Amino acid sequence: METEGFFVDGPGIFRAELERTRRERQARELSEKVTGAQSLVNSLEHAGVDVMFGIPGGAILPAYDPIFDSKIRHILVRHEQGAGHAATGYAQATGRVGVCIATSGPGATNLVTPLADAQMDSVPIVAITGQVPGPAIGTDAFQEADIRGITMPITKHNYLITDPDQIPAAISEAFHIASTGRPGPVLVDIAKDALQKMTTFTWPKQRVLAGYRLQLDPEASAINDAARLIAESKKPVFYVGGGVIKANASKELFRLAELVGAPVVTTLMARGAFPDSHPLHLGMPGMHGTVAAVTALQKADLLITLGARFDDRVTGKLSTFAVNAKVIHADIDPAEIGKNRFADVALIGDLKRTMVALVPALEREFAKSRPDLASWWKQMGGLRSTYPLGYDHPAEGLSPQYVIERIGAISGPDSIYCAGVGQHQMWASQFIKYEKPRTWLNSGGLGTMGYAVPAAMGAKVGAPDTPVWAIDGDGCFQMTNQELVTCAINKIPIKVAVINNESLGMVRQWQTLFYASRYSNTDLHSKRIPDFVKLADAMGCVGLRCESRDDVDATINKAMEINDAPVVIDFSVHRDAMVWPMVAAGTSNDDIMIARELAPDWGSQEL
Amino acid sequence: MALHTLAVLVENSPGVLARVASLFSRRGYNIDSLAVGPTEDPKISRMTIVLNLEGHALDQVSAQLFKLINVIGIQEMKPSESYERELLLVKVGSNGAALDEVAKRYGAKVVEKSENSVVVELVAESDVISALLSDLKPFGVKELVQSGAIALEKGVKTLTDRVRDEQGLSNPEEGNIGESSTADYQN
Repeated sequence: METEGFFVDGPGIFRAELERTRRERQARELSEKVTGAQSLVNSLEHAGVDVMFGIPGGAILPAYDPIFDSKIRHILVRHEQGAGHAATGYAQATGRVGVCIATSGPGATNLVTPLADAQMDSVPIVAITGQVPGPAIGTDAFQEADIRGITMPITKHNYLITDPDQIPAAISEAFHIASTGRPGPVLVDIAKDALQKMTTFTWPKQRVLAGYRLQLDPEASAINDAARLIAESKKPVFYVGGGVIKANASKELFRLAELVGAPVVTTLMARGAFPDSHPLHLGMPGMHGTVAAVTALQKADLLITLGARFDDRVTGKLSTFAVNAKVIHADIDPAEIGKNRFADVALIGDLKRTMVALVPALEREFAKSRPDLASWWKQMGGLRSTYPLGYDHPAEGLSPQYVIERIGAISGPDSIYCAGVGQHQMWASQFIKYEKPRTWLNSGGLGTMGYAVPAAMGAKVGAPDTPVWAIDGDGCFQMTNQELVTCAINKIPIKVAVINNESLGMVRQWQTLFYASRYSNTDLHSKRIPDFVKLADAMGCVGLRCESRDDVDATINKAMEINDAPVVIDFSVHRDAMVWPMVAAGTSNDDIMIARELAPDWGSQEL
Repeated sequence: MALHTLAVLVENSPGVLARVASLFSRRGYNIDSLAVGPTEDPKISRMTIVLNLEGHALDQVSAQLFKLINVIGIQEMKPSESYERELLLVKVGSNGAALDEVAKRYGAKVVEKSENSVVVELVAESDVISALLSDLKPFGVKELVQSGAIALEKGVKTLTDRVRDEQGLSNPEEGNIGESSTADYQN
């Protein structure tokens, strides 16, 4: 290192020298020849990257040499899938762009699942992959995979760079595309020889993206139309999706919802966008939503749709969904408008700006006439109090819902909760009370088992002072738990609650309901093998076990006290618990069941 | 359903055709024909896509296409407002005056003539090409090749102008990013 000798001259001189070398380095960056690899690392630094998750390998190796000297923290994961989900967890928790890096071939293909996951849930991540040298591309070279071709349908955009001069522009564009508009994953694949060749580094002053145009402000006439529809409606509902969190627009939603006074439902991706404790909140709609939230959408005369996409898990059988409702659809992605459901009013633009613009338009309308929502609230409030979420304690064994509810109650609404996919995910969305955005992270669109542990790792890196829980199933946990080693070594003290029902629980639930309890290949035997406590211990974590209701609080409190190592709690729960309410796949929301073969008693409710 | 023609301006960069094809494939849209070629601007290629879709489905295809970063502009080419042409090359098995007569009637060119085969070329609208083909059938069609349709707007206005006006194509997407843009993307 050139600067080593400066220590002997005292700290003052050292600082001055450091400043001088920094300035020199900057000047060098601009004028001198550097490798493509150095240019990549400079570009990432200029893009504001502070951390990336990855694993080196042959084709990306040139980049790892300047990474060694970079101020960017590189976290060496144990599997590239972990790097991808960690980037997602980091992005979901912080709102910044998550970055992952891998080598060519299998390194890159291991990123496919997290990229598809980020695409489905609109998460801004940038993936850097090494590619075989330019002349070898297309020759079936060692560790060659056409990752640009493979990821075309599962990224917002992607690049294959074979010329080192194009690296800064590609990185600049990648971060811009990932983080703006409807966010999403961008992959930059760089040939090894482009990393090795000499180039000059210049951070681009202009981006030329002729085909990338964002509409941020909705049309004024559409805002007025929307305000009029709201003022005229008698049964309006705010159908809130994950876009509200992406747009950092929770405050604006709060203002708007209170102004209108209509019921609010938050989808799986939007949990935390609106406080669960707020009296306007009816909970989550969809396949496992509350009776009140599902029915509110179903019987509404107006859906005020904010950053949601009429996903089949929310609508149930589409042709029977909210048949009497007009639709206001606000989204930054024009292609979402009318994709699944016709929109009477389209508000294309940034949700924050859209909601800010709606307030004065609504105040004007409300000055003329205000909707009377009393009878609508009487119906919905009645459903909410008649059909709250609930569960039974089994005669023997531990209730999984109780465990999850207690974690939420003890760790509180300032903690971050990540879930895997399955029953535990639904219970975590139902029984933890979310009050703030970016405190609930899960894989909603793709439904990626194994998401929780690496996503929690990424979230904890982004929010080191916040308790981060992974609520995981025993099936999910066995897919990606190797990242606990990464957590232990890199001092990322996440807490993992394994809701161990020794089954692929959600699949088992469907087998119970739809396959005559024929449990084909859903028994994992995970109360016998593996021993999760020993496994945790072997991976440098604290392992705890909890088997009875009386020990739940004490075990959670013990985990809360440990902040110098990751903690894994094996909660041994009974396996027959089911997620309710449920709208069976492909059926109408009207056929929601609150327990097996038990529909709500609609009674005299005239909806 | 009627056929609809979209003119799509795309960046002339590697992989663009694959992106468009991949979009059509994964969303289950059927393409009737697709033609790609250069434009007056070497940085821009133009695709003409003929689809058997209409109304809402057509809007959805346009919206999804426009989401592709390399797609610069899209416009429907309405039959009344544009010229649409296809190219046909057909090898016919027999020779003779009758064949020449048919070709002449359609304004088709006989580009090669030998004892047992004739190659006929026609540039025309889709229905004219179909009519010629059916009239050629009695002569024995041995092989035929047909291009996808290409379409150009009537009158003085061009699609490139339109895109340039509406979307500021000639201007870079944003101005100066500035020197101290380290945290540009990170909130």
